[in-house]
Amino acid sequence: MPIESIKPFLALMASLTGAALVLAFRARPNLREACSLAASVAQFLLVLSMVPPIMAGDTLHHTLFSFLPQVAIEFRVDALGLLFAATASSLWILTTIYSIGYMRVLEEHGQTRFYALFALALSATMGLAFAANLVTFYIFFEALTFITYGLVTHHGTDESLAAGRKYLGYHLGTSIAFLLPAIIGTYALSGTFSFQAGGVLSAATDSPVALTIIYFLFLGGVGKAAMMPFHAWLPAAMVAPVPVSALLHAVAVVNAGVFCVFRVILDIFGVDLLRQLNLGTPTVIIASVTILLASFYAFRLDNLKALLAYSTIGQLSYMIMGIALLSPRGMTGGVMHLGVHSFSKITLFFCVGLIYLASRKTKISEMNGIGQQLPWTMAAFAVGALSIVGLPLTAGFLTKWYLLTGSLEAHQLAAFFVLLVSTLLSAAYYLRIVRRAFFAPTVGEGRPGTGERPEVEKLLERAEEAAEAETGQAGAGRVREVSYFALIPAVVTAAITVALGIYPAFLLKLVGQVFR
Amino acid sequence: MDVNEIRAMEQIGFPILTVLIFFPVLWASLVNLIKDERLAWRTALLGAVVELGLAVFMAVSFTPGVSDIQFAEHFRWIATSGVDYHVGVDGISVLFIPLTAFVTLMVMLFSWTTVRFRPKSYLMALLVLEAATMGIFVSLDLVLFFVFWELILVPSYFLLRLWGIGPERQYAAVKYVMYMLAGSAPMLAGIVLLGVNHYNQTGTYSFDFLDLLAVPVPLGLQTAAFFLLAFGLAVKAPLFPFHTWMPAVFMQGPIGVGMFLAGLKVGVYGFVRFTLPLVPDAAREWSWLIAALGITAIIYGGLIALVQPNLRRLLAFASVSHVGLAMVGVFSLNVQGLQGALLLIFNLGIVSTGLFFLTGVLYARTGSSELSAFGGIARHAPLLATFFFIIGLAAIGLPGTSGFPGEFLVLVGAFGVHWALAGIAVVGVILTAAYFLSYYERAFLGPPVVHERRIPDLRLRESALAAVLAVVIFWIGLFPAPFLDMTSGSVQALVERMN
Repeated sequence: MPIESIKPFLALMASLTGAALVLAFRARPNLREACSLAASVAQFLLVLSMVPPIMAGDTLHHTLFSFLPQVAIEFRVDALGLLFAATASSLWILTTIYSIGYMRVLEEHGQTRFYALFALALSATMGLAFAANLVTFYIFFEALTFITYGLVTHHGTDESLAAGRKYLGYHLGTSIAFLLPAIIGTYALSGTFSFQAGGVLSAATDSPVALTIIYFLFLGGVGKAAMMPFHAWLPAAMVAPVPVSALLHAVAVVNAGVFCVFRVILDIFGVDLLRQLNLGTPTVIIASVTILLASFYAFRLDNLKALLAYSTIGQLSYMIMGIALLSPRGMTGGVMHLGVHSFSKITLFFCVGLIYLASRKTKISEMNGIGQQLPWTMAAFAVGALSIVGLPLTAGFLTKWYLLTGSLEAHQLAAFFVLLVSTLLSAAYYLRIVRRAFFAPTVGEGRPGTGERPEVEKLLERAEEAAEAETGQAGAGRVREVSYFALIPAVVTAAITVALGIYPAFLLKLVGQVFR
Repeated sequence: MDVNEIRAMEQIGFPILTVLIFFPVLWASLVNLIKDERLAWRTALLGAVVELGLAVFMAVSFTPGVSDIQFAEHFRWIATSGVDYHVGVDGISVLFIPLTAFVTLMVMLFSWTTVRFRPKSYLMALLVLEAATMGIFVSLDLVLFFVFWELILVPSYFLLRLWGIGPERQYAAVKYVMYMLAGSAPMLAGIVLLGVNHYNQTGTYSFDFLDLLAVPVPLGLQTAAFFLLAFGLAVKAPLFPFHTWMPAVFMQGPIGVGMFLAGLKVGVYGFVRFTLPLVPDAAREWSWLIAALGITAIIYGGLIALVQPNLRRLLAFASVSHVGLAMVGVFSLNVQGLQGALLLIFNLGIVSTGLFFLTGVLYARTGSSELSAFGGIARHAPLLATFFFIIGLAAIGLPGTSGFPGEFLVLVGAFGVHWALAGIAVVGVILTAAYFLSYYERAFLGPPVVHERRIPDLRLRESALAAVLAVVIFWIGLFPAPFLDMTSGSVQALVERMN
């Protein structure tokens, strides 16, 4: 039952106000950070307050104003949007705390701009999550691109500008070339822009060819979901500071892309129509190819952030594969992974940042014995890694279980094997790191493999050197935990990852609401 | 198309449109009388502000959502030939009156520091140009329209020739006037044809818009009139392939003329105001041709802009590309396409003014509009860079900026005709993003080019101007509905007439 409520708009305004306050207090860093934190808490509480009605089966609505004659800026909170919003806003709190530690230890420049853009990015994310129609969604989608561009190019070096160019090129290119026509095509066929449970398109009235074309335009239009071949922006974006990579490229931006795919499949096309048109299988194939290629490529990588980037590319396609299986368990697994992956991956990014803070090390080959020096960090890292791999007692196991059984449910044996193979591969490259960290002697073994180093690693190395030249930070002395502000969020997200694995009832209930 | 008229005297108590047309002319003569240069500047500025105030007042008093002609004034002029003094506004023209006044004010404010040579004459020419442009937008008699159309050439010629910055400005001025005259000759023939048709049908000559609407026009005559009118309008618009005058004028002319010509698309307006309603069947039959030219303009303009190192030439071809998109919207012949096109050229007015303004600032600072003189400007002039970026985003049509509603509606309208049309138009949008962002990156980001002196950032006055533009861009971008409401009634009526 739809209920009128201004809360979605308030949630968006919370972070917008936060951005304004951050700019206002640019000269007083402690107050500035406090405002950022307060805004994030306020936003999270607002999102939390929307949980009871959604769990009860209602949806919240609010129309802001008429934009064009055909469409208004409208908000609609349902279980899917709430899941996304809750994930993003809760992790914003933790990322803000982390950033306070991280940015201050490194004495980074441009911190006001950083915190302000972060808040704006969260506003755009709220707008996306709660969008009731495609035009509202598109507006916030593009806004997110430009806001995060500012964050990707934070360091201002040649490498980060080049990465920013790539970022903008992929995002703008795909959204204007594919997403915009897909939106207009949807309107032309169905007469509406609005999301509706069960879909607004129907095979009875529209030609299957047109519907298929529009579907693939949608898939191509979400460059943010990093499906191949539109994935290259993600590794390049790793030149950004770690908090940016953590929240945006593990949580907000990439989730926005996957969220768009979810909305298209569930609320524009509808599961039944997709089954009719047999569009689930091609999507599963695209996702599978992405997963396998990303997993294989990750093996060659020595740079930690690059590895996490390719891991993310694969994990995003897990979610897309899940929903594209079109079976109840598969779809549950896909949607659930939106939340689970965020917590696990952000833990990993936090830890990579902590390692950098403590030792200025960024490579796997340098990780020998670091577990003895940074026990808490590496323990959190291990938890995050095991969750991504899918070990029981972590949240990742749950989603992997649903995905595996979902693929069997949908009689897609190929998908089942893809999932198994990629699990083994990710186990290999993640556990390699854990092994080195805890069980290898501190004298280095050297990096694995020979041959030409991957482009992304060269890019990241140049970027690090440039960034270091700017901040003037030399290598650290003894390696030990440097900042509790940065450490505690990592531990918290790791704990949540385990907690969700042991006690998943709440998450399952919320995801269940998505499919009611 | 049953169109009612609301008289100005009833609606608002005084002939506001006549005032809007002739006030700048009178004020120009006042400026001429003033001896002191500074006082002349201030007086002219005051006149421009008053004009803008009047125009905004008119727009605010305008009743949105209806198809009536408002603030109408109608007097006999040349009775024997059926030429009347008939002016009025409806949804199609209402947005452009305040836009004209706004652009004039911006040109004046920009020129304050840059025009040194005979400023009084400059101001007078500018004011007369404003008056003639106003006349174009409010004329409802074809001959009156033509008179203003030609009148524009006089101040334009002098502005180009005497205050142009390029070495070939004399040539550019002559080329411009020749082009326009060559274009307007067939347009006059088309107008005469329609007037003669009225005589054949009713026994009296009339060039009045409302009279001509009521009279049937045989298809053969419609086709002839359509092509004749379209020729003249296309040269002015400028629609590919009649655009070749524009790069020359932008390169050689003063910034102010660039703002005016790029910002006020009287050619596109003429298509919507006269061609579509007066020769609807011919327009429908040949809409594919104009749409094809529009598509070509979009791609051609975009591709050429992509490789331009000179900022003014880039803006010229960007303008060509955007006009192409607007024409595609107009000749989609549906409500979304037409509304989108009107909003699109309204946005062009704001964006062109802004980009030319900042181009002028760059020219004043560096003496050049070439990419070789730019580089890393953002480092020392962040305000300039930021405003340039915002205005450019509006040119690209980023959601949230004023470019998006118009562009989106044109795409929807084009899609309603054929999906391929919308597809190519989308390519145009990508090209816009490509050429703007790549030029921006090379000119503003990265390491600064070595200059003897650093480029100073925007001063307070300049920043204020740019800020006003930015505010307008976001205001229209976030709340386009009121502007669309103003145009909806007349556009609906027009589309109904077309079908």
